[in-house]
Amino acid sequence: MNVKWLGVLVAAVLVVGGASFAAPARAEGGLALLNVSYDPTRELYQAFNKSFTDFWQKKTGAAVTVQQSHGGSGKQARSVIDGLEADVVTLALAYDIDAIAKNSGLLPVDWQTRLPDNSAPYTSTIVFVVRKGNPLQIKDWNDLVKPGVSVITPNPKTSGGARWNYLAAWGYALKNFNNDEAKAREFVAALYKNVPVLDSGARGSTTTFVERKIGDVLLAWENEAYLVVNQFSADGYEIVAPSLSILAEPAVALVDGNVDRHGTRSLAQAYLEYLYTPEGQEIAAQNHYRPRLAEVVQKYAGQFKQIELITIDAVFGGWQKAQQTHFADNGVFDQIYQKK
Amino acid sequence: MNTRTEPVVIRRLFIGIALGFFGLFIVLPLICVFYHAFSKGWVVYLQALAHPDALAAMRLTVITALVAVPLNLVFGVAASWAIAKFDFKGRDLLLSLIDLPLSVSPVIAGLIFVLIFGAQGALGPWLRAHNIHVIFALPGIILATIFVTFPMVARELIPVMRSQGNEEEEAALTLGASGWKTFWMVSVPNIRWGILYGIILCNARAMGEFGAVSVVSGHIRGLTNTLPLHVEILYNEYQSAAAFAAASILVLLAIVTLVAKTVIEAVIRRGHTA
Amino acid sequence: MKPGFVKKSILPGFSLSLGFTIFYLSLIVLIPLAMLFIKSSSLGMAQFWSVITADRTLAAYRLSFGTAFASACVNAVFGSIVAWVLVRYSFPGKRIVDALVDFPLALPTAVAGITLTELYAPTGWIGQFLNVLGIKGAFSPFGITVALTFIGLPFVVRTVQPVLEDLDPQIEEAAASLGADRWQTVRLVILPVIFPALLTGVTLAFARAIGEYGSVIFIAGNMPLKTEIAPLLIMTKLEQYDYAGATAIAIGMLLISFVLLAAANYFQWLTSKNLGKV
Repeated sequence: MNVKWLGVLVAAVLVVGGASFAAPARAEGGLALLNVSYDPTRELYQAFNKSFTDFWQKKTGAAVTVQQSHGGSGKQARSVIDGLEADVVTLALAYDIDAIAKNSGLLPVDWQTRLPDNSAPYTSTIVFVVRKGNPLQIKDWNDLVKPGVSVITPNPKTSGGARWNYLAAWGYALKNFNNDEAKAREFVAALYKNVPVLDSGARGSTTTFVERKIGDVLLAWENEAYLVVNQFSADGYEIVAPSLSILAEPAVALVDGNVDRHGTRSLAQAYLEYLYTPEGQEIAAQNHYRPRLAEVVQKYAGQFKQIELITIDAVFGGWQKAQQTHFADNGVFDQIYQKK
Repeated sequence: MNTRTEPVVIRRLFIGIALGFFGLFIVLPLICVFYHAFSKGWVVYLQALAHPDALAAMRLTVITALVAVPLNLVFGVAASWAIAKFDFKGRDLLLSLIDLPLSVSPVIAGLIFVLIFGAQGALGPWLRAHNIHVIFALPGIILATIFVTFPMVARELIPVMRSQGNEEEEAALTLGASGWKTFWMVSVPNIRWGILYGIILCNARAMGEFGAVSVVSGHIRGLTNTLPLHVEILYNEYQSAAAFAAASILVLLAIVTLVAKTVIEAVIRRGHTA
Repeated sequence: MKPGFVKKSILPGFSLSLGFTIFYLSLIVLIPLAMLFIKSSSLGMAQFWSVITADRTLAAYRLSFGTAFASACVNAVFGSIVAWVLVRYSFPGKRIVDALVDFPLALPTAVAGITLTELYAPTGWIGQFLNVLGIKGAFSPFGITVALTFIGLPFVVRTVQPVLEDLDPQIEEAAASLGADRWQTVRLVILPVIFPALLTGVTLAFARAIGEYGSVIFIAGNMPLKTEIAPLLIMTKLEQYDYAGATAIAIGMLLISFVLLAAANYFQWLTSKNLGKV
């Protein structure tokens, strides 16, 4: 009798296991689109997907569901390379989409020229979040290197957002020290000396700052900064715009190899183009991403602070070079920490 | 005087130490979880649990455990039988190999399956050509879970079986019982506590696994997010009450298995006295 | 079967059980792990060596193994006390305590990390008291050890508990009737019996602690050379699409843990064999 039970058990396991192999990873019935994105865009795409599916339904009469996947930008890119069948990717750095093109061949290397504005329908920048009343009177980057100021920023080795933070600081130092690389390095080293915790991701840093009450200033994406201020309004956080920051261009792309398999090319193309329409731009602006479209820029002008923005191409010669010089193993960031 | 116990003072002291340690390391974090889960009240708690994504995550987690635990159980019994009942060369090596998955960082545990089944991996092109999904789908999640919970049952059973010795089985066999019969009637009843604890341990770990599953899941909402991944997502959305609510479900699942254990215990006892 | 490979026994099922064990082990563990070696072999020996002997890698190894060892020691002592108390004594709420032992396993490691950080951060329930004492709770090796202790506790309790439950009362009664006092009985009779299980539990807790990522990453602080654990280094390599480097660090960890596990198993086997002869 017991042997029989064992048989039943094994059979049950095989059935469940077998069914799992047969079960498709994608929802059947009606078209589905998988958008693989990075962490801070959850709220943005929640709103955007709703607007897009309504738009598509009205236009074609077909129901469509957009599935979302979020995670660290680099990790998400790796998943797509390893076979996560994204129809579109919307990541933090063009560098990560370059990596997909280079390592998997799923999309052409010139993907960035296929959509307007470097394939970045919205932009953002790096700002400071300080505690209520800004007790240390932090106004600009040079206030961050003062002794006793505690700065919260994630680890640039593991976080895309943290790389923008680092490069913004570097850009400020270059400008202030007349492009003296050595001085810039000293400045950034002094800044990181004031960092008590290097979280692995941007949201980890926010938690450290907001929930653990560690640090005097948080370096964050502008959209994240607004989210913090709104979500934790009772604590009275304030946003400080530095005199100079970096233009962050989160990029979007169609993954050719996957849309052709799924037969979703026109849908995916429409999805990305919808980001550039007034409706799409409005949603981006409402989620505190800087829009591109002039009319929407004007409408939301009061919401975004005037900051001088440098670009990664002009100052650092593009992502490939910046990554190699600063963030690769034994790059500048590692050297900062090796020097005792 | 009872020869199997200690003076009251020592007893109290030990209970005190155990409870103190336990309180600090287990109860306090537990309170912390429930404190946060209910920080926004019952309504938010229940809403968080009734969310379709949360329900899908629960279903996925349960299915995963339903496949992974029985497989590891069968393996555990076979392995402990071979290792505890027989004396053969290379047994220590085998034992150490069985432990290996535990010390593999969960990140790496996920990565090895990516290296095999991923699009750039050894089997990737073939799987893609045949439209079979392994990673970023249920099979990958199950495989990663089996890997990280691999030694749980075996390691639980080996010491128990070893402490039993071989005498009872040998007696049964000498009396003419068949091999299977001896196994079911003599060995299994003797190791039933080990089996139970092994299942509980394996199940808890299977349901709670985060790191390895995170690598192979793809994080598609409502499709490939297990409960632990769902918790992380909610937390990253600054919905900490909802995140801890989902986490509390995992805790409750563990407690349910423990209650089940107690019930089984009682049933077995009744069976014996009847 | 070669003569001398296995000691003769009248018990059946050796070939079947060992065969299945090896088959399943190969399928789930050995073949997949072999992929690690294949992947890292693209590095070449010299490069492999330079990756795993870099200052940061060594510091991370030291930290990971050191804190894992410390937490395993803490768990060995307190875990066996908890198991003992649960099996032998009755006190109010015992059932609840018993049920909660598995809590660290059931809690997703990320939540465990967040919760513990919350408790041990300078503003936390425990952290503020540690702060007064001048101890840095979270973001230090101390914090890492706390997290690993939390993760490892069920392993020790749950391996010692069944052996204690199965312990034949007659042994102790016999010892007592032969004039042994209680302490002698515990030390000379009970401890040796549970020792193999205890060692198993501690080994499991230790092994689990070495690779732990989710719960540690929040509480560690992640400062290079100071509080950067080895699994984090693997993650940073992966972020650079450096699969070979990542697998190299993983193999380094794997080899060290394998040697430690093999030593523990061998030692355990010796003690239990001696016990059998008594």
